[in-house]
Amino acid sequence: MTPIAVSIAGALASFALVVAVLELIRRRRLQERYALLWLVTGLTLTALSAWRDGLNTIAGWVGVRSYPPAVLFAVGILFILSVLLHYSTVISRLAEQNTVLAQRLALLELELRSQELSGS
Amino acid sequence: MLAGLRVVAIVPALNEEHTIARVIDELRAFDSRIDIVVVDDGSVDLTADVAAAKGAHVLRLPFNLGIGGAVQTGFRFAFERGYDLAVRIDGDGQHEPAQLPRILEPVLRDEVDVAVGSRFAGGKDGYRSSRSRRVGIRILAGVVSKIVGQTVTDTTSGFQAVNRRGIALFARDYPHDYPEVEATVMVFRHRLRLVEVPVTMRERGGGRSSITALRSIYYMVKVLLAIFVGLFRRNVVPQEGME
Repeated sequence: MTPIAVSIAGALASFALVVAVLELIRRRRLQERYALLWLVTGLTLTALSAWRDGLNTIAGWVGVRSYPPAVLFAVGILFILSVLLHYSTVISRLAEQNTVLAQRLALLELELRSQELSGS
Repeated sequence: MLAGLRVVAIVPALNEEHTIARVIDELRAFDSRIDIVVVDDGSVDLTADVAAAKGAHVLRLPFNLGIGGAVQTGFRFAFERGYDLAVRIDGDGQHEPAQLPRILEPVLRDEVDVAVGSRFAGGKDGYRSSRSRRVGIRILAGVVSKIVGQTVTDTTSGFQAVNRRGIALFARDYPHDYPEVEATVMVFRHRLRLVEVPVTMRERGGGRSSITALRSIYYMVKVLLAIFVGLFRRNVVPQEGME
């Protein structure tokens, strides 16, 4: 069985994550579209920490007998990996768009300069 | 009806080369003094060329920003060029310029800041669509109505008329993901006045709806989240109008 202190600490920490994400959204420092995965992470970890029987059951399914809270770590790591992978795709898209912007800007400057030259 | 006013029609378009010319022609037929700005949201067809050949202003986005980013580009144009009034009309031909007076009149009489053409207002239902989509539309409308304390029936309508105050707000802050739903809530939070007026819409002339039946539930969850986030988020301060 999971020690009660571990459950409380885990639930508090995960809930703090949820609150932090919501506050960042409210202050417009985080867009919802990038917050969804964080919210799911926080809520899942909160639920798994607080719902002690559930954590034990899941630990049983995956063969963790000695120390059920290890499942919390595993789930946490899994979510962190998904968030990172998601960010990698976001960064890739941003990098591509950044290239397009720089190219368009260079073309636009050329256009502007040639217009200035022909105008003067 | 638009004497002395500078009016711009904002037409967001994504791969609408087959319908965009007709939309522009119909807008001109309604009132030739309306300036038309087509915001091409990264089309891979000839949308921008067709629109430019028709003499519209064309803002060509270098890549797809999504409908919210595209429409806001139009509002920024309207704000910076000092237009008094903006109408938003989709490039796929589902909105009829002939029905513009319905959404223009309440704004022209200065009764509201934003007028939205609704397919469902007045008990009518001028729209055919799948059942899951109808249920989704109804639930969203119910939630939004509760929040804003006024009956809203069509939260996904992009057929709108907006005055200078609304243009200033939307130029500064416009939702990215589900602009029509979120903007409705935003308008009320900024204490702007909004009214829905009944209109009919045509079947989509080309392109496809961004909402397919399969994605409806996922869509609903995300929209509801966005609405509630929008409720608690800080407001931005719109810039003063530049004349």
